[in-house]
Amino acid sequence: MGFNKVVKNANEACQGIEDGMTLMVGGFGLCGIPENCIAELVDKKVKGLTCISNNAGVDDFGLGLLLQGKQVKKMISSYVGENAEFERQMLSGELEVELIPQGTLATRCMAAGYGMPAIYTPAGVGTEVAEGKETRVFNGKTYLMEYAFDADFAIVKAWKGDTLGNLIFRSTARNFNPMMAMAGKITIAEVEELVPAGTLDPDHIHTPGIYVHRIFQGAKFEKRIEQRTTRKRD
Amino acid sequence: MLDKNGIAKRIAREVKDGMYVNLGIGIPTLVANYVPSGIEVILQSENGLLGMGPFPWDGEEDADLINAGKQTVTTLPGSSIFDSAMSFGMIRAQKVDLTILGAMEVSENGDIANWKVPGKMVKGMGGAMDLVASAKNIIVAMQHCDKAGNSKLLPQCTLPLTGIHCIQKVVTDLGVFDIKEGAFHLLERAADVSIEEIQAKTAGKLVIPEVVGIVQ
Repeated sequence: MGFNKVVKNANEACQGIEDGMTLMVGGFGLCGIPENCIAELVDKKVKGLTCISNNAGVDDFGLGLLLQGKQVKKMISSYVGENAEFERQMLSGELEVELIPQGTLATRCMAAGYGMPAIYTPAGVGTEVAEGKETRVFNGKTYLMEYAFDADFAIVKAWKGDTLGNLIFRSTARNFNPMMAMAGKITIAEVEELVPAGTLDPDHIHTPGIYVHRIFQGAKFEKRIEQRTTRKRD
Repeated sequence: MLDKNGIAKRIAREVKDGMYVNLGIGIPTLVANYVPSGIEVILQSENGLLGMGPFPWDGEEDADLINAGKQTVTTLPGSSIFDSAMSFGMIRAQKVDLTILGAMEVSENGDIANWKVPGKMVKGMGGAMDLVASAKNIIVAMQHCDKAGNSKLLPQCTLPLTGIHCIQKVVTDLGVFDIKEGAFHLLERAADVSIEEIQAKTAGKLVIPEVVGIVQ
């Protein structure tokens, strides 16, 4: 009866993710990534995945873990530095890589979540990104048509979530998570704190639960920092 | 010749009171250190932050709070946080007043190449293509020549392009240049650099006005 979105753990959340599927994975660098689900996908040993994610993690964390297991067939990202295994697989031709502008990536996710088949953006006009793409001139400026993404699953990480799937993100760990949450045929949210419906202020919800199909509280969040930069106290 | 901080310091003079500014990685990041006192600017970081503050104090870093270079940063009073789609929405809609970024090559018609070198590992364009395609006011900070001594101010870019007809101003270790009407226009030279040297090191069309200022 009613809405049964709460699952026990990452294992239950990732049921149905199979070889060859397309996954959206939230996060910017290592910030706001769904680390529990990524660990589950490593254990699950699903292969031939296409991953849509802004970055590809580092060698021993984030999506880098799936690359180590040679589970990724194709990465669709805007920036993929900082990852030696990624580089090796890309140069050897084992891994297919499609690099697209970051704003285009975000907006193609957004379009999927808003039910729009495509968007127009000026990013990449006159560059190799535009090759083979339809263009159109609006008010004297040329734009590329870019299609909405089509993902089997979207996997996101939020700070707080409730049993109806409503999500609140924290700080810049928000990044791609809200748009990806809206864009998956099935959306999985792992949260730091899962609370009963009615606990969160409706005015403070970033992603309404209608977009979220499965939610669970992550067992552990390492929240690794990629570039620790600080000021010294005098 | 200007060093990196000298380039940043000169660019900081282009930053005006009340501007929203996006700073790229490298020399552009240093510009924040030289924004004159008495003016208020708000820094945008394209991973979803307006009002980016300095690095946190030792021990106060927050894994959830980073800039587009993935460095730990802080918020300031009045900061706001948003998702990546909105972040590039405000860039595309030209709400950001000034964009400062690095480049490998710039051409005399304002094209820029800064993301890919054939034969080398390609890391990706990140947000650079979105920024250059939409920003109304872009300043490039870079060295005038590459390590082999070849000019980076060219008739045409030789590397894969990031964007076309988009750069209005370039500040290098040798001087300050406007790009307009298909040429680099020398505005200022570094104090110890001659106009002849700039001419010799600029492969693209260079226009030298009667009066050339000295970078202060």
